[in-house]
Amino acid sequence: MNLFDYVRASSVDEAVAAVAKPGARILAGGTNLLDLMKIGVAEPTMLVDITRLEDLKRIDWLSDGGVRIGSLVRNSDLAYETRFARTFPMVAEALLSGASAQLRNAATAGGNLLQKTRCSYYQDVASACNRRNAGSGCDARHGLNRLHAVIGWSDHCIATHPSDFCVPLAALDAVVEVTGKGGTREIPIESFHLLPGDQPAKENALAVGELVTAIRIPADASRFAAHSRYLKLRERTSYAFAVVSAAAAMTIEDGRIVEARLTLGAVAAKPWRSREAEAAMIGQIPSKDLFHHAAGIVLQGAIPSGDNAFKIELARRLAARALSAASAGTPAAMPALPGSPLLTISGDANVA
Amino acid sequence: MSLDLSSDTSARPTTRYGSNSGQPLTRRDGILKVTGQATYAADNHPAQLAYAVMVGATIARGRVTAMDVEAASRHPGIIEVFTPDNAPAFAHDPDEKMPPFGFRLELLQNHSVRYAGQPIALVVAETLEAATEGAHLLQPVYETDEARTGLENGVQFDPQAVGVGGPPSTSHGNLDTAFAASETIVEAEYSTPAQYHNAMEPHAVVAEWNGNHLTLDMPNQALAMSCASYARYFDIPVENVVIRSPFLGGGFGSKAILNGPQILAIAAARKLKRPVKLALTRAQMYGPVGHRGQTWQTLRMGLSADGRLKAIHHRSISATSSFDDFLEPAANASLPLYAADALLAEHKGLRLDIGTPGPMRAPGEASGSAALEVAIDEAAEACGLDPLEFRLLNYAESEPGSGRPFSSKALRECYERGAEVFGWQQRLRAPRTMRDDNGLLVGWGMGTAVFPCPMFPAQARTTVRADGSVLVETGGVDMGQGAWTALAQIAAEALGLEAHEIEFRSGVSTLPDAGVAGGSGHTASAGLALSNSGLDALAKLAEIATNDPDSPLFGAGNIGVLPRGGRLVRRDDESRGERFADILTRAKQSEVIGEAKSMREPGNAEKFAMYSHGAVFAEVKVDPDLGQIRTTRMVGAFAAGRVINPRLVRSQYYGGMIWGTSFALHEAALIDHRTGRVMNADLAEYHVPVNADVPSLEAILVAEDDPYVNAIGVKGVGEIGITGTVGAIANAVWHATGRRVRNFPIHIEDILGL
Ligand SMILES: Cc1cc2nc3c(=O)[nH]c(=O)nc-3n(C[C@H](O)[C@H](O)[C@H](O)COP(=O)(O)OP(=O)(O)OC[C@H]3O[C@@H](n4cnc5c(N)ncnc54)[C@H](O)[C@@H]3O)c2cc1C
Ligand code: SF4
Repeated sequence: MNLFDYVRASSVDEAVAAVAKPGARILAGGTNLLDLMKIGVAEPTMLVDITRLEDLKRIDWLSDGGVRIGSLVRNSDLAYETRFARTFPMVAEALLSGASAQLRNAATAGGNLLQKTRCSYYQDVASACNRRNAGSGCDARHGLNRLHAVIGWSDHCIATHPSDFCVPLAALDAVVEVTGKGGTREIPIESFHLLPGDQPAKENALAVGELVTAIRIPADASRFAAHSRYLKLRERTSYAFAVVSAAAAMTIEDGRIVEARLTLGAVAAKPWRSREAEAAMIGQIPSKDLFHHAAGIVLQGAIPSGDNAFKIELARRLAARALSAASAGTPAAMPALPGSPLLTISGDANVA
Repeated sequence: MSLDLSSDTSARPTTRYGSNSGQPLTRRDGILKVTGQATYAADNHPAQLAYAVMVGATIARGRVTAMDVEAASRHPGIIEVFTPDNAPAFAHDPDEKMPPFGFRLELLQNHSVRYAGQPIALVVAETLEAATEGAHLLQPVYETDEARTGLENGVQFDPQAVGVGGPPSTSHGNLDTAFAASETIVEAEYSTPAQYHNAMEPHAVVAEWNGNHLTLDMPNQALAMSCASYARYFDIPVENVVIRSPFLGGGFGSKAILNGPQILAIAAARKLKRPVKLALTRAQMYGPVGHRGQTWQTLRMGLSADGRLKAIHHRSISATSSFDDFLEPAANASLPLYAADALLAEHKGLRLDIGTPGPMRAPGEASGSAALEVAIDEAAEACGLDPLEFRLLNYAESEPGSGRPFSSKALRECYERGAEVFGWQQRLRAPRTMRDDNGLLVGWGMGTAVFPCPMFPAQARTTVRADGSVLVETGGVDMGQGAWTALAQIAAEALGLEAHEIEFRSGVSTLPDAGVAGGSGHTASAGLALSNSGLDALAKLAEIATNDPDSPLFGAGNIGVLPRGGRLVRRDDESRGERFADILTRAKQSEVIGEAKSMREPGNAEKFAMYSHGAVFAEVKVDPDLGQIRTTRMVGAFAAGRVINPRLVRSQYYGGMIWGTSFALHEAALIDHRTGRVMNADLAEYHVPVNADVPSLEAILVAEDDPYVNAIGVKGVGEIGITGTVGAIANAVWHATGRRVRNFPIHIEDILGL
């Protein structure tokens, strides 16, 4: 590990000033950054520890019923906050489907947004990787890419964003609050992560020296509380990143869908939301056929980036399943295996 | 998990000599471990300790043409950078094997690279951080040759041996005739991936030299053998080497055989005249410390019209390194299990640019059983028979080929008990016919488990002192399996004492050689030595007492005596006897020392075939649309001789069955064939099951009384649980989905046919 300076910020302004220096990086829970430093992928010259900024650890309920999640709120604290879990159940489910209990206790909300891809070539300094080292090439493109992107990728990078949390956030129109030298601004979560294009190293809309201070979920997102679900297909029952995942939500009145949301995870470098698919469900009677149709729309532009054609069909099926599950109703209690599709065929029997 | 012991015959007090053998004692070192007080090798910090970091090659074949030693050396805190240009010399040529099991090693003897992850430098510094950064600064430059890591570009050869010195080909009967006489022939190809041991504790060593004396704190499964090997590498007398290995965080075979990085650290300590610590990172464990080599297997079976096996032809291409041989003896899995007129097990080697594979929990047995048990399921299907019925029809009453009787074989009972507890009778024969209430596909599959019961020469010492205390010693190895507990129980039993009444010392090479903790033979080998040393000590006590006119045992020499609760008593009248302490005190002796070596009775070894057996039944549930698989239930019934400690034995079976789940559904090293590098060398991406993957496990202990394996009746339980299980799960997946997947691990896309 390279030698680096360490500063502990005592205010957001101090953090902003410090992180503007070249080579400086924010340290939150450290569950991603420290791992990458140990394997030589991240080599900051300065760590700006923001973990003492108490203001960023709050969950504030806004007067209109929305919520403001401080960027340092731990994944598990957020998932287990009763009102939050009741109001935005699929966000809580997504959080609990991620990583392990130990990691969730350490990982922060902001860190989850900003975590790096799990592409194994990104994590291996001996490999060519445009995202890690601009212009060096992409060893994944013709390498081991079974779990890589099937949509929104480019020849320069085929990585996915691994977060579960961000998938329902995108479905619910969350907003990222950031603070930099020039003050505070807001970035809709959908424009926060960037598709690779020809500049995969530019991963998100944060400017140099900007800090994520909070994530806001608007009040109207709570309309979906009764009909929403996050499903995550994994290669083991727990403690694995998604092969594909889907956040689905809807409001139903008089047996018809009034509004619908659908976002896929692990298929692209950002949560993949489809307004077209959502629109196709409006005014319709919930049915398997409808959901398959909508799921097909989300994946219309999908193309395998390698040995991963199966992910397209799998994502389609999972999206349809998530929509069915959402239409059937949010489980009364958090499922014992959060996010697991295993018991979603005919309902929600698998509750803790 | 079921912990109900009541239905379990083996758990009932099978008290012999008033001792607690047969009882489910908890691990004696358990409290130390769960409270963090157990010192593992890397927890040792002698004064003046320096820290070593290994640098591994990032190419699989070629040469290192340059390294920036200067940049590394300039980094603050660096003490020394070892490369082939200033490599320590060794008294044993690393390009030669080290008998009996030692492989050819990479000890910086030249600049060539033979596999990714091979040590190409060792950086020693005042701190771990400095050494790590020094290693990073070396930035090696390579001349790269094409990596050969696949079946397509590896070089096939006819091996001289497979496994540990086994014949590459074994045949019984006439295969051609048997196939010609067959009604149906079933043939298929199977493959198993490279797997890495991934013991929780990495390979670590703290090496300290004192003149020509070497002390090593390291996890080690073969203390005496390793001492002898280190002595030869460093040209010192074997008695100058001390290995302390009180606790191991798992080994699975990877800590039984010398490896390059640890030797380099020891050499660095000698050169620098300071203690040196090296602990491999997780990623560095995917290369120089062994793995389970890949196999490509073909099984061809000939069947009679009524479903009897006429012929089994099992072939394996087993991968090894370009410079040394360890071949998974996978095809041999077909030899001991099913009765067939003709059997042929054959192996080819495949040279790849990989680290030399090595024994990994059930080497050969696991990968061979994976293929065999699926093939048997396919054969049963071809004959229209229930898989259990088919196995019973082809039950081997004596060892196939040799015709030798089994020393004991309660496999039939394993089948019966396992099937009953699992509910196998309810199984619908046709695949894709069972569903649960939620609409998930349900599949039931089974496999037969089998494992040989080898024994290794082992020694032990029992000291009975005049104050009544007893010391029992053997250089045994507790990798977490509970050897400290089970071995103490065996020792106590021989002496007629409770396990807590003896002082048990183990885990240091200065103690009598307990042999290798491997091959599922440690409890039998070290246990027999302990038992015999106890009997030897008792014999010496009896000798004194029966010849002492003042002893109540005087003259009882012909009748014989027994140990009972710290006393020797007359066999014909247990009320007459005296305490060990009194015998010694009166004889004015401070102690008697019993010593023993253990070996299997050669006559029995010749006369009998010796195996542990078992039957594993698995239930999987599969999402019909999404292909997600979960092993919802497993029941294994195992017969492995006498059970010393049912809690520990059950834990081995659980561990084995979980490993089988891992093999069937999760575990595989992903190699990028362009570079030959393992691309998932960490525990986030190298998947093993989590608790949620094994929601219900049950292990049934079927009692077996085997007077021939050894005097204590112990077979071995450490590895058998993997065998049978892999096939059981794959067969259950077939039964659930109708899809026969023959390449492990089974993936979602295989299930869905996507
Ligand atoms: C084994 C393993 C399994 C995992 N499985 C999952 C999973 O299944 N699903 C899932 O979603 N995640 C998973 N994770 C990822 C985990 O959720 C992230 O590591 C975690 O959320 C990161 O949070 P952190 O606070 O530890 O971030 P850190 O490691 O501290 O930081 C991560 C990055 O974000 C930057 N950063 C952090 N906070 C801010 C801020 N406020 N403003 C600007 N930049 C900031 C840091 O500079 C760094 O680049 C897994 C991680 C591991 C190690
Ligand atoms: S896919 Fe992206 S992250 Fe992976 S190697 Fe290519 S450029 Fe790097």
